[in-house]
Parts: sequence; C-alpha cells; structure tokens
Amino acid sequence: MDNVIAALLTAAIVAGTPILFAALGELLTEKSGILNLGVEGMMLVGAVVGFIFTIQTGNHWYGFSAAMISGGLTALIHAFISVTLKGNQVVCGLALTIFGTGTSGFLGKAYQGLPTADPVSKIAIPYLNDIPVIGKIFFNHDPLVYIAFILAIIFWLILYRTKWGLSIRAVGENPAAADAVGISVSRVRYFCTIVGGMMAGLGGAYLSLVYAPSWQENMTAGRGWIAVALVIFALWNPIWAIAGSYLFGAVEAMTFGLQIAGIKVSAFFLQMLPYLFTVIVLVVVTIKMRQDAGAPNALGTAYDREER
Amino acid sequence: MKKFKKFGILLLVIMFAVTMVVGCGGQKAADDSDKQTAEKFKVGFIYIGTPGDAGWTFAHDQGRKYLEEQIPEVETVALESVPEGADSERSIEQLAQEGCNVIIANSFGYGDAMLEVAKKYPDIVFLHCSGLSTADNVSTFFGRIYQARYLSGMVAGAMTKNNNIGYAAAYPIPEVIRGINAFTLGVQAVNPDATVKVVWSNTWVDPTLEKQAAQSLINAGCDVLAQHADTPAVQQAAEEAGIYSVGYNSDMRSFAPNANLTGPVWNWGPYYVRAIKGAMDGTWKSESYWGGLEDGIVDLAPISDKVPADIVAKVEAKKNEMIAKTWDVFTGPIYDQDGTLKVQEGQQMTDDEKLSLDWFVKGVEGSPKS
Repeated sequence: MDNVIAALLTAAIVAGTPILFAALGELLTEKSGILNLGVEGMMLVGAVVGFIFTIQTGNHWYGFSAAMISGGLTALIHAFISVTLKGNQVVCGLALTIFGTGTSGFLGKAYQGLPTADPVSKIAIPYLNDIPVIGKIFFNHDPLVYIAFILAIIFWLILYRTKWGLSIRAVGENPAAADAVGISVSRVRYFCTIVGGMMAGLGGAYLSLVYAPSWQENMTAGRGWIAVALVIFALWNPIWAIAGSYLFGAVEAMTFGLQIAGIKVSAFFLQMLPYLFTVIVLVVVTIKMRQDAGAPNALGTAYDREER
Repeated sequence: MKKFKKFGILLLVIMFAVTMVVGCGGQKAADDSDKQTAEKFKVGFIYIGTPGDAGWTFAHDQGRKYLEEQIPEVETVALESVPEGADSERSIEQLAQEGCNVIIANSFGYGDAMLEVAKKYPDIVFLHCSGLSTADNVSTFFGRIYQARYLSGMVAGAMTKNNNIGYAAAYPIPEVIRGINAFTLGVQAVNPDATVKVVWSNTWVDPTLEKQAAQSLINAGCDVLAQHADTPAVQQAAEEAGIYSVGYNSDMRSFAPNANLTGPVWNWGPYYVRAIKGAMDGTWKSESYWGGLEDGIVDLAPISDKVPADIVAKVEAKKNEMIAKTWDVFTGPIYDQDGTLKVQEGQQMTDDEKLSLDWFVKGVEGSPKS
C-alpha cells in the first residue's frame, strides 16, 4: 500500500508541474493588475512551438526556449490590447485562447504523431534521492519539476522581498499611487504579462516534450483553465500554488490509481473531480474572504492617467 | 470572393447544360450520381482524428491512399478531427452536398448522424466503420481485429516475467471488451497464471491521459502493456519504464524500439477498393462486413526478435488455423471473471454474441463498466 501511495504522489507531482508553470505566470500577470484568460491558448502555442523546435534542432532546451518566446509573444498581444489600447481584458483573453487553439493546430499539423527528437531524462538528486519513500517521491524527476518548484520560491521572494515585487504589487493594487511615485505602470504591466506568457508556454512545452512527448491537437485539455483557477485557489501566493498544483495533479493521477486498486468509482466521476475542485474553491473563496482573498484591487481594469 | 463563387457556379451550370445537350444524343440517360460536374468518382472520408495520430486514423488514411492508387478514377476528400454526435451530421451532410458518391466514416459514434443523412441522400453509398445498424444505402464494415489481438496476447503472455500484464483501454463498449477478452484468452493460452489489468481512459485520442493510464499500470507492477487507444503514448511509457508493450492500429516500433513486441494492425485498403468498385459499377449492396485475417483486413505487426522462436512458431500456427477457419478465438470452454462457464467446450460464440459482449473472461482484472 505504501508503494501505491508513493507512486500516486510521484505521479501527482509530475501531473501538477505543467499547471504550476502556467499558474505562476498567470499569478505574476494578475499581481500587476492584468487578467489574462488566454493561458490555455498560450500553453498550446508553447506546446506546439516547443515540439517543432525540438524536432528541428534535436535539442529539447532549444524547444523549451522557443516555447517560452512564443508564449511571451502571444501574451504581448494581450499586453498591447489591455495596456496600450485599454481594451476589455476578459474578451481579449478569451480571444487569445481561441486564437492559440487554432494557431497551434495549424502549426502542428505536420508534426502530429511524431516521436520527440530529444527525450528529457530524469535526474535523481544525489543523497536526497536515497531517503526512503520521500526520496523517490520528490527527488527523482526530470529537471523541469525542480525548475518549477524553485521558480515558485523565486517568484515569492521577488514579489514579497524585493523592491521590484513591491512595484509590481503597487501597480496591481493602486496604479495611480504607483504612477505618482514614479513607477511606469505600463512598463510593469507589459513585463508581467509577457513573463506570464513565457511561463504558460513553458508549461505547454512540458506537456509536449516531457509528459507525453508528442504533439496532439488540443493536448492541454483544459489545464490552462485549471491554472487560472489555481491562482485563485492559491490566493495569489506562489508558495500555495505549489501545494495547489500538486493537489490538482493528485486528483488527475487518482483517476487511474483507484481503478487499479479495484475501488469502483466511475471514471467519469473521477475525471470530473479537478473541475469540481475548481468550482468549490471559487465558491468558498468568494464567500469567505471577499475582501481579503489577496486579489489585486486593480485586477482587470485598465489604467488611464487622464482619469485619476 | 462570394461573387466570384456565384459566377463560377453559374459558369459550371452553363457548361454542364451544354455538355448535356451535346452528349445526350443516343447515350443512356445518366443516373443521378453522374450529375456531379466532376467526372471523377468522389469518395469522402470523415475521420475521428488526424492521419498524424500514428494510429487509428493513420491506418484509415493509408487505406484512402491505397484506394486512390488502385482506382485512378477516384478522387478523395477527407474531413479530419470531426467530433462525434451532432457536429458530425453537419460534416457528413457537407460531404454529401459537395457531391461525394460514397461517404466513409471511421468511428462508432457517427452512426446515428450517418443514418440521418443517408435518409436524405438515397443515391449516395454510406460506409460506417465499426457501426451496428445498416440501411438500404448504409453498410457497416469492420475487421475481426480480435483475431490479431489473440495472437498479440500469446506474445505478451510468453514475455511477461511476473505474470502481470496491463491493458490501457478507451471506452467500455463491446468492441473494446471483445478485444480485451481475446487478448486475455491469448495470454492464458500460453501462460495460464498471467492476468490482465484493465484501466479505462474514456477517450480515443488524448496522449496525456493515455500516458497516465499506462503509468498507473506500471506503478501497479505490470511488466507488459497493451493498449486499445489511438496514440502511441502507452508505447512511450513502456519504453521509458524499460518494459515490454504491444501496440495497436499500425506498426508502432518507431515510438518504442525496445519495448514494442508486436501489435494488431488494420489494413483497410483492400476493403475500400472492393466496396468502391462495387459502388462504381452498380453491384454494391448494403451489408455488414466483418472480415478477418483471411481477408488481410487485420493482421499482426512484425514480431520483435526479442520473442523466442518457439513462441513465434506457435503464433504462426494459430494464425494459420484462423485463416483456414478451422478454429476461432471464442471457442469454449470460456469462463467469465466469476468462474461461470459461458461457452461450453467445443462450442463457438455466434457473431451476435461477440458483437454484444459486455463481460470479461477469466483472467481479466477490472470492471467491464467505466
């Protein structure tokens, strides 16, 4: 039984990693006051571009870099419309999702069903990996799992322990005040939105290069939306995002774990669980903590200097 | 653009009228299907996935290419990734309006939509792969892939070391259950102690989910994996874990050169050619076609050289028995999971029984419901 649980937790971490990348990006974007609902689209673009570059260059690190750049460029569209043009962020984000789904399907047509050119292998962390049970669960993964974990901590440090982070949070809470003390609101928002897109692209590439190394149309299958919900679940805190993403990953991994253990729960019910979780979290958070949930005050509203 | 299109149609109509006037003298009255402006015989395909899936749709697309090669007068058009259900009706109708003489759909879930459209277009021949119901102008066609699955099960049963085989399956429908049963009977024919664990992914095409299904089977200790799903994700998982795997649909060795042992494969081309020839010369009749190894519509992919020669010989012998029709997979005694005798010794299951299978044979672990 220990083995079964250890295997489940290991699978949970791997399943949670693409969500964690995307959620961290969205978290940073939202902290600066921009709501980008295009995560699903940016992930798909990252997934397909990362895959294409890996096939063409034979090196997955080029693939990951290209995925980040393409995700960033997709997010640039969002930044331009919501910061410069002060357009409706919800509409633009949704459009970005549809745009990303279509573009990725179009780009990836010739690459469907090919094996990846450069598989990502696991790295066991010396010493830590030898700890019984825990070592196997946490310290025997592909490098991206560690990178996601470390990035979450770095994001937290930047947001809450540096001047940069203070500027980002100020822009998200009260752009007029930030502007008054000399912070360039549009520059911060552009930066955060683009970095958010890069992270989403990386999360997508994790799916197409590590998780199921191949490209398949629409392969994110709703994970971008889970990432958006996860930001709320984590109350805009990168550290909580780690726990949340692994929890969502566990629900995903449990679908098959329970079937094998012979526990007769409908697979359809289990596959619904991550989404049910999302809804419950949304409801509870909204009811319980309306004011104090950690949502940036200026989230989703454009900043216009003339109107302050 | 729209104007141009209208103009183009007008032009075609005029040209058509002229050729009719010129050509009608003395010739037989053209039947309805000849009214299409293109002189080529048009065949439309509705695909559940894309030809790049390296699996199910790939195999059908190979058949489509074979058809074009064999009958040069045939022109084909394919709609990819068409969702099952209401949307498929629109797609099938679209092909009908584009002047297809024959429409082929390659997934079970297109059945109702196809029957609906077929009512409106009595002159078009509809071929529904893996379907259940036929009509005057609707045939169903499928292959006895279970025969090849039985053979792949023999290979898996011989190669497992811990008698623990995993099977990542798509949906709990008779087609898939029949495949699992045939596979398990093949496993137990060479290794009565081995069992087959089944998990349902409830999707035909989702590499991430299929990989997860495979991973969970590996975690549960399986050392040979088989699949009834359309992508090679299960093969990749087996390759990474350093265990063996049995593919499906097409030769999947390129995805898992070390893991892949063999796999049941489809070969649709010859059936397409036969059906289209019939439709072209008017001899086509509605049928429910269910061919086996003897027609070549199903086969076994090349067996890996890791499999011992005596096993390969046994597999070949069984294959020849099935080709000669002296033996079939579902020959008694067959017990279900609870040990109840379902098929008496020496008896064979009828095709109807095979087509409506909803229980697992002895040796399968898992539930035949999702």
